[in-house]
Amino acid sequence: MIAGLGAVMTAALAVPAAAYLLFKPRSQKQSDFVPVADLTQLTVGRPEEVVFRRTRVDGWRVLNEKSTAWVVREDDHKVVAFTPQCTHLGCAYHWDDAAHNFLCPCHTSTFSIDGKVLSGPAPRPLDRYVTKIDQGKILIGSEIQRA
Amino acid sequence: MRTLRNAIDWLEERTGVESAIHHFLYEDVPASAGWHQVLGSVAMFAFLVQVFTGILLALNYAPTPGEAYNSLRYIVTELTAGQMIRGLHHWGASLMIIVVVLHMTQTFLWGAYKKPRETTWMVGAVLLLVTLAYGLTGYLLPWDNRAYWGTVVTTQIAALAPGAGPYVLRLLGSDGGSIGAVTFARFYAAHVLLLPPLTMLLIAIHVYLVRRHGVTPIEADAELPKEKFYPQQVFKDTVATFVWFAVLVVMAIAVRVPLGHVADPTDTSYIPRPEWYFLFLFQMLKVFEGPLEIVGAVILPTLAILALFLVPFIDRGKVIRLRERTGAIALIVLGVLGWTALTARAVATTPPSTESADAGLAQIEAWQELPPDQLAAIGAFRKDNCGSCHALGRPAAGPDLTRAVSQRPADWLLQHFKQPAPNVSTQLKNPELRGLVAFVTKHNDTGVKAWESAPQAAVEGAMVYQANQCSACHKLNGVGMNAGPPLNGVSDRHNREWLEGHFADPQKFSPGSTMPVYKLSSRDLDRLTSYIMEIPK
Repeated sequence: MIAGLGAVMTAALAVPAAAYLLFKPRSQKQSDFVPVADLTQLTVGRPEEVVFRRTRVDGWRVLNEKSTAWVVREDDHKVVAFTPQCTHLGCAYHWDDAAHNFLCPCHTSTFSIDGKVLSGPAPRPLDRYVTKIDQGKILIGSEIQRA
Repeated sequence: MRTLRNAIDWLEERTGVESAIHHFLYEDVPASAGWHQVLGSVAMFAFLVQVFTGILLALNYAPTPGEAYNSLRYIVTELTAGQMIRGLHHWGASLMIIVVVLHMTQTFLWGAYKKPRETTWMVGAVLLLVTLAYGLTGYLLPWDNRAYWGTVVTTQIAALAPGAGPYVLRLLGSDGGSIGAVTFARFYAAHVLLLPPLTMLLIAIHVYLVRRHGVTPIEADAELPKEKFYPQQVFKDTVATFVWFAVLVVMAIAVRVPLGHVADPTDTSYIPRPEWYFLFLFQMLKVFEGPLEIVGAVILPTLAILALFLVPFIDRGKVIRLRERTGAIALIVLGVLGWTALTARAVATTPPSTESADAGLAQIEAWQELPPDQLAAIGAFRKDNCGSCHALGRPAAGPDLTRAVSQRPADWLLQHFKQPAPNVSTQLKNPELRGLVAFVTKHNDTGVKAWESAPQAAVEGAMVYQANQCSACHKLNGVGMNAGPPLNGVSDRHNREWLEGHFADPQKFSPGSTMPVYKLSSRDLDRLTSYIMEIPK
């Protein structure tokens, strides 16, 4: 009886505590898309690093901060925007024009122009921002998709 | 099973933990011990619940003014079970004070503070003060108007202390009587860094002393065989704790902890009230006015605390049966009556708050954040059935205007709004046309959301607002002039009757006002008043 009541009370505290700490917050802020470049500024097959301001939700704070993305124009209707961190340990990578791939200087991971891992310790392809094209403008959303 | 036994033996040999637990559980208690002695255990459990939920809250709480409010709002509106954890902590505090006071009352009635248990009582009295100190310091931490203004009053009372007043204020980080970042830091540090270790130390001493002297026996116990603490008394303690905890959980789930607007030191309309257990003190201050104020604010409370602390030395008689302790019973009855009367009087004389207790919890809809000109433009769009060609969110006969702002020149749009199709013309007036042009060429995410979801009554209210050019004097959601008072959060300051009356006769409701008289139809008046009242701070 004593142990039973004790167990009920422990559970009544532990279950909400676990939910409180482990469940994702219900964010009330919806992602919005920001224009970053005109489609015509990009050449197919040549990634460009674009700088833009985006709104990011950080706990109870909503930040408007500078961000970058590597944007690749695939054809007239499709662009891909990679987040600027290597999927290995988060270093900033860059486009190596001569080798025609993305190169991370930390542990020499390389990625193809469509983000696939070519060599090195990176565990998965480059992460992407959601994008859309509206009247010739490239828009980047705040949501990040993992491959 | 054998391995477990071996492990326990190993641990026992090196630490003595098993015999210590045995010693603790199988202590002798007098035969008369029972249900009236469960309250100490319940109080201890209450403290543990506060520690647990307090740590959980601290994991998502930023202890600085401004950030504190936003992070707490995040906890209760965005985190799963956040409302419940805060509820457990908030109501747990009230229920802990109740159980601590009941524990002291029981000890007092039974005369359990008498020789040799004087120090047990005195440590207990300090624990009561520490519990109240948690309430006082924790009250500020939500940093809403209630917290802020309540604490302003508390620090002002502390400032009345003769001689020490200015120093007490400085210690509270409230030099000159204002409350800011320093006061907040001091209160938070006291609440989470100073008081908890102090409480643990005092509880340890208290429990040690209880164990040293044993539970107070009555005369009849001398002839009766002693009982063991475990399982009889432990069972009663557990049941009582369970009942207390069940009440707490029900309250945490069913009764929402208020969260008002973020603290606004310039808000002169807010009427501060302390937490319910301090209301009697608050009321007592009203009895002692003028130069006598110090009696109610400082002298009487100090004397009461001293008397409480010194109870064992004031009443030095032998332990006698409860039924014969008429003096003690009379004192408790008087105390309860006095407390109830003061508290009831304080509640009865409290004017209803102009601010909703849950103001900070309300979900703000997109349309409530939209400037009135844009909301009125949505009204113009709806009024002339633009939606029959321009469906929102999907392409129809006309383009979907929510996808992107219109790139058409203003002249084209104006003409289009007057005559959208060769044989169709609209009823829109010039200001409405201009508002609509501005809206379709400039709208943002908030505008789109409001376009789809704004209630028609509010949209019509905004149209009345625009038609009467209220923005020429008042600012609402960032748009308008400052000749008149800003209208955001006006419902915190005035009720509906006041506002409606004010439109018809501004001079009567605020003498000296330069606002002209507005004779509105009853429908327009209703729409406009409802609209303005629903725009939050």
